[in-house]
Amino acid sequence: MSDMRELYQEIILDHNKKPRNCYVMDCATRSADGHNPLCGDIVKVYLRIENGVIEEISFQGHGCAICTASTSLMTESVKGKTVTQAREIFEGFHDMLTGVAAEQGLELGKLQVFEGVREYPVRVKCATLAWHTLNAAMDGDDDKKVSTE
Amino acid sequence: MSNPPAVAEVAAAFEVERIRADFPALHQEVHGKPLVYLDNAATTQKPREVIDAVRYFYERDCSNVHRGVHLLSQRATVAFERARTTIRKFLGAADSREIVFTRGTTEGINLVASSFVRPRLGEGDEVLISAMEHHSNIVPWQLLCEERGAQLKVIPIDDDGDIILADYEQLLNKRTKIVGIVHVSNALGTVNPVREMIATAHAHGVPVLVDGAQAVPHLAVDVQDLDCDFYVFSGHKVYGPTGIGALYGKREHLMEMVPYQGGGDMILSVSFEGTTYNEPPHRFEAGTPNIEGAIGLAAALDYVNQIGLDTITAHERRLLADATSAVLEIPGIRLVGSARERASALSFVMDGVHPHDIGTILDSEGVAIRAGHHCAQPVMKRYGVSATVRASFALYNTDSEIDALAAGLVKVREVFG
Repeated sequence: MSDMRELYQEIILDHNKKPRNCYVMDCATRSADGHNPLCGDIVKVYLRIENGVIEEISFQGHGCAICTASTSLMTESVKGKTVTQAREIFEGFHDMLTGVAAEQGLELGKLQVFEGVREYPVRVKCATLAWHTLNAAMDGDDDKKVSTE
Repeated sequence: MSNPPAVAEVAAAFEVERIRADFPALHQEVHGKPLVYLDNAATTQKPREVIDAVRYFYERDCSNVHRGVHLLSQRATVAFERARTTIRKFLGAADSREIVFTRGTTEGINLVASSFVRPRLGEGDEVLISAMEHHSNIVPWQLLCEERGAQLKVIPIDDDGDIILADYEQLLNKRTKIVGIVHVSNALGTVNPVREMIATAHAHGVPVLVDGAQAVPHLAVDVQDLDCDFYVFSGHKVYGPTGIGALYGKREHLMEMVPYQGGGDMILSVSFEGTTYNEPPHRFEAGTPNIEGAIGLAAALDYVNQIGLDTITAHERRLLADATSAVLEIPGIRLVGSARERASALSFVMDGVHPHDIGTILDSEGVAIRAGHHCAQPVMKRYGVSATVRASFALYNTDSEIDALAAGLVKVREVFG
């Protein structure tokens, strides 16, 4: 049980229950779809990028608690950041989940709650789906469908 | 609860413990908890008899079949062909030449699609399947229909997970070239009235393929009684090795079917001008077969026969009923599939908790279940869910394992509130 509390920390459960920035954005300048065919998780990420800054970000979709909370926390962590900064955060997040030592000085803040996911290799994709989708949206590849498989 | 257990219950409990002793993999801990293996619809654990049969083949008889004049090859050939006979008897077929070895259910369906249906499927013709098929009984037909300009038609199912038989009969017509129907649904547990459905199809002159992957481990199957044209199953779901399965096909059909793959063993003679194909079943078994798989599968079927499918069916039916009641006692659980007759599989969802999270928490308690779409995405769509939790039972599961499942689900509620 204690292991489960480490994986499903309060902040994850909270964001799963009440996801932030979860709406369809009508004025989005970019968007992308992500899909994990293994478990059926689906996420669509909307962006309003102005002068290289993510002014607004939102998402829609359905997935497990890890996926939903990760998407919700991602929107909070990159809002107001430049595209370059967002990519750096993703890199740090990815490194944390794959066990590669995070770059010195990179602040992951709240995203650190996903560290426990590293112990569950089959769940890592649940946590990274939103980020891969965000990447695709930032690339501006509208037709691109992100798949974890 | 304070009453002493009835004699029959004691006997049943004793029996299952004795059976469990035959399965080495069941006696291990996962995450520090005793393994509770409830993912039998995905694959079953193997009894010592199967593991020994495969080992014995490699330690003593390892050789190719149907070729050598030497003793080892003769022994391998005898064991391989004896396995075919075991499968024939298990399915109630009349003739061993009606049993084709395959890699499993998927290959069996592809073989029938390719060698039986393709030559007779024209533009505008129809293939009829049900809304509860596994992807393996959907995609081969889609590929074929696309190639031939034919149409894939789908028999609807009701909210409980039963086929709507009236719609089925209406969908049959002179353009229907084959019906492909699952005997027992892997996602819903529904046992379909295949005997009746075959008779209906035959009244319209339409042959029927039955996907028996989830049926043969749980119910006695008699292909002659069913009067099916084709019946396919996988060895690994009935306590045998992976990568081996069988296709039963009526002799009259197999005789007129074109080869599936070309290669050795499926020919009588080869020249650059032309090749004479071998007779069924060898016509459909190109290349060196999965010899140890066939031998292991025969050992698995012998094992099942020894216990008796009637005993297995009764034991699993009781487990399924008890598990259904136990799971429904937990707040916020909804069954997906409550058909009139079910076998082995219990599919459900829990309010506010994704099946994937349930799977992870149950795993931490030692309970192995399947969380996902079960390779039946159209079924998930039909019931408006993206995934379900599926617990599926086998002959070696026990009452205390149902308790462990229920206790694990209570923990899920504790974590998620």
